[in-house]
Amino acid sequence: MVIRLANVAHDYGGRALLAGIDLQIAPGAFHFLTGPSGAGKSTLLKLCYGELRPSSGQIELFGQSLATLSRDGLADVRRRIGVIHQDCRFLDHLTLAENVALPFVATGRPVPTRDLLDLLSWVGLGEQVESLPPTLSGGERQRAALARAVILSPEVVLADEPTGNIDPEMSQRLLGLLIELNRMGTAVMIATHDMGLIRAAKSQVSARVLRIVDRTLQQAGADL
Amino acid sequence: MRLPSFLTAGEADRVVPATGPSALLTTISAALMAFLAVFALALSLSAGQLAMRWSDTLSQSATLRLSATPSEIGAQTTAVLEILRTTPGIAGTRVLELEEQRALLEPWFGPDLPLESLALPRLIEIIESPEGFDATGLRLRLASEAPGAVLDDHTRWRRPLVEAAGSLRALAWVSAALIGGLMAATITLAAGFSLAANAQVIRVLRLVGARDAFIVRAFVRRFTLRALGGAAIGTALGLAAFALLPVAGESGFLTGLGFAGRGWLMPLAIPPLAALIAWIATRIAAQHHLRKES
Repeated sequence: MVIRLANVAHDYGGRALLAGIDLQIAPGAFHFLTGPSGAGKSTLLKLCYGELRPSSGQIELFGQSLATLSRDGLADVRRRIGVIHQDCRFLDHLTLAENVALPFVATGRPVPTRDLLDLLSWVGLGEQVESLPPTLSGGERQRAALARAVILSPEVVLADEPTGNIDPEMSQRLLGLLIELNRMGTAVMIATHDMGLIRAAKSQVSARVLRIVDRTLQQAGADL
Repeated sequence: MRLPSFLTAGEADRVVPATGPSALLTTISAALMAFLAVFALALSLSAGQLAMRWSDTLSQSATLRLSATPSEIGAQTTAVLEILRTTPGIAGTRVLELEEQRALLEPWFGPDLPLESLALPRLIEIIESPEGFDATGLRLRLASEAPGAVLDDHTRWRRPLVEAAGSLRALAWVSAALIGGLMAATITLAAGFSLAANAQVIRVLRLVGARDAFIVRAFVRRFTLRALGGAAIGTALGLAAFALLPVAGESGFLTGLGFAGRGWLMPLAIPPLAALIAWIATRIAAQHHLRKES
């Protein structure tokens, strides 16, 4: 199992945000995580890649318990997880190419320039390699975030509202890239409240839709 | 398609923005501290040289004061000179002329002092040989053969002066150490401020799988280079200030304050030292910050 959560709860400011969460993400699986704003979708994703620690319960990342992982151990695990944030989280003083190549630099490996350029072309940003993040549009930033998330060939990609700030056409394009990635064997979990995006995906890929309702995780109905 | 240039793991510091208030604080404080360190170093070197000079000058000479009636002064002088000539460790003697005594007294009594009418003691300057003479033994001989002769080997002057110069030197080293400590504190403060201000950078680096060692290296390298640059500027300014100082005369308490000969090379150690301090201070601050934030 890539990620496994067992009876996980998370409190924030004394308030229970998530409770009794059981989740398993298998290699090559495709999940949607939905629910109203403030339901805890982002929190659940952060728990899945160890940015947050659960108040109770067990989290295993690639078979290793998050509770016993050292800081370096967690860093090593994160190299196997690609994360796309809604706000993209770029370093604005570095170029787009440098931001996308950052996982290589941060892990002390030489940047495979040709592969990087191919990746940027794949996400349609081959002409913007030297641009600074603040000069990019919302869609370009999301695609760049996707490129950075997958550059180390992770086993799972977690995307938090990846289409939140972009137009429908760009949303479909980004979804297409994520589906393509999943067909290559990468597990994908997308947190979104965009039902149109989920429907569009389900017509192309076998996706499991999970919904956060009253702090717990439920399987969504067949209407999705 | 043109191949872009990338930062490499060796340029880890570039992930930390080059500009910002903490960057300026580090550079300016390193420059100021280095400037002050140059002065502390100069003071220390000069105090050391001063102590040595005073000690050498005073220890290589002594004065003999001979009091006698005018009728006996000539015979007494001859007897004393003979004693001195046969005393081991004395390289030479010289009886001060009346004009020289007048010059010594002039600051206190003016130029018109009628020395001829005063029963002034005769002063004999004793030049020691490098091995020196036995002052106690000489005093005993003088007491028996020339009771009016008083030997002053400058010990009572030399010791406090040398001690004062030694204290001055120690004070200068303490000042240099305090400057180093202040620099470390300032850089630690600036590094802490920078780490807090660059929380987003740290979040991104952790997100992409950077280990703490990489993040620490990025900040340490950035701050070390800033401190090195600032200290180099401060040291250069300090040296320039000394180079532009007017050359002091032979007299005066602070004669020789500054650098001489190879002493000019010593301040060149300040920038690497500042960089080392910055390296240690930032490393500690970054590790503490990352531990706290995990």
